[in-house]
Amino acid sequence: MVKWIDRDATDEDVVVSTRIRIARNLRNYKFPQRMSIQEAESITQEILNVMKDLPAGVNYKFYKINSLSPVERIAYIEEHLISPGLINRPDFSSFLLKDDETATIMINEEDHLRVQVLYPGLNFEKAWESINEIDNFLESKLDYAYHDKFGYLTACPTNVGTGIRASVMLHLPALSIIGQVDGLIRGFQKIGLAVRGLYGEGTKAYGDLYQISNQTTLGEEEEEIIKRLKGIIYQTINKERDVRHNLLSSRKYEIEDKIFRSYGILKYTRKISSKEAMQHLSNVRLGIEMGIIKDVGFKELEKITIGIQPGSIQKYANKDLDNSERDIMRAKYIRERL
Amino acid sequence: MLCQVCKKNEATVHYTKIVNGDIEELHLCEQCAMNKEMEFDSTFSFHKLLSGLIDNIQEEVPFRQVKTLKCPFCGMDYEQFKKVGKFGCAQCYETFKPNLNPILKSIHGHDRHIGKVPLRANKQVAKMKKLEKMKEKLKEHVAKEEYEQAAILRDKIKELEQELEKGVQ
Repeated sequence: MVKWIDRDATDEDVVVSTRIRIARNLRNYKFPQRMSIQEAESITQEILNVMKDLPAGVNYKFYKINSLSPVERIAYIEEHLISPGLINRPDFSSFLLKDDETATIMINEEDHLRVQVLYPGLNFEKAWESINEIDNFLESKLDYAYHDKFGYLTACPTNVGTGIRASVMLHLPALSIIGQVDGLIRGFQKIGLAVRGLYGEGTKAYGDLYQISNQTTLGEEEEEIIKRLKGIIYQTINKERDVRHNLLSSRKYEIEDKIFRSYGILKYTRKISSKEAMQHLSNVRLGIEMGIIKDVGFKELEKITIGIQPGSIQKYANKDLDNSERDIMRAKYIRERL
Repeated sequence: MLCQVCKKNEATVHYTKIVNGDIEELHLCEQCAMNKEMEFDSTFSFHKLLSGLIDNIQEEVPFRQVKTLKCPFCGMDYEQFKKVGKFGCAQCYETFKPNLNPILKSIHGHDRHIGKVPLRANKQVAKMKKLEKMKEKLKEHVAKEEYEQAAILRDKIKELEQELEKGVQ
């Protein structure tokens, strides 16, 4: 489970993950929203045929959405392996997941193809290299809808051109403590970047996790889009680190107390909501990031963060649970891991 | 506080939605939040924005004739496109081209792609350029009354045109 997290990574003290996705369509079919189920099937077959020619050693597994249980579908979203939009029309949509989980090829989401690559920490170089490789392979076999002036054609005009969305998930607890996150978000938006929370829009209670991505896709080269985003991310990383450093020297006991209280609660809780758990996990993560907590790693913590989400916790329990049962199961799940 | 959607369970999930600096708060129970999350994470809210955008452009730029446009491939007409904010197929981009530049400009600040070009498209473009050159040459031959060479060239042009038609790489 959640294998993509296990890869080597840099800057994991602030950057949880790096993701790039591209949107592509085939020339001779209507876009997914307007096609029949037969057309959806025929596109799926065409893509599956192409995937048979993958070089040796590269393996993808195929999943149809309608062959997964509702809980499994949500769990894949929580693990960041598929997009929420993919499960809206289960009979049309499917995906191919690479065996190391770093790449997903989604079929018939809003576009015929949505390819995503996902790496832990900050790793735009590797992400761009991998996605470009997959794109080149698919392009050599499929007839992409491409326009000399508008570039790669997509169902939504907000994705046209490069079809690229590059994003990072940042953990910004220190900036949040000193109340600078809102200002930062406004700053991001002014320069054309989108900010979202982990699951839903960013509130402090939701684990101080923020997803930053490019908003526009047309009129700029892919590398340029990534470079611009990366520049901003580096600045943000440095700022978060500075504030952590200052907090540790000016409010050492307060910060340590906050971290260890959260650690204690998570270690001994018997029933906990996902909101409360996310808040304490964020504090424990800060403890790991500051070197205060040493017996848990980033990767283990990230796995717990995903594992306690509503879909994943039911998958773990292997049955449907109501709110209260979930809170009990969540507490057990966390205790077993801390 | 009770959940704003079902108004039954206790609200345990609190969202702050920030759109262009406007802050909107939403308090939900876990169950409703799960449904809402799916919605948030998709481009749902952005769509509404987009529809508004297209509306504004429509008012500013009087492309009256555009209203009657209908895509020959998927049947999407401009009114529908305006409503959903999405195209029905690749052909729509050609169909609605007259009104597209201001829409793209207001979304992206640009209206021309300068990024990656698929290898296949590269070859197509190269072939199209070659075809244009051959056609010019053909005119020259005809003008000079070199009918034998013109006939050979005409066959080659035909061949290339067929290739392009089929989209052969």
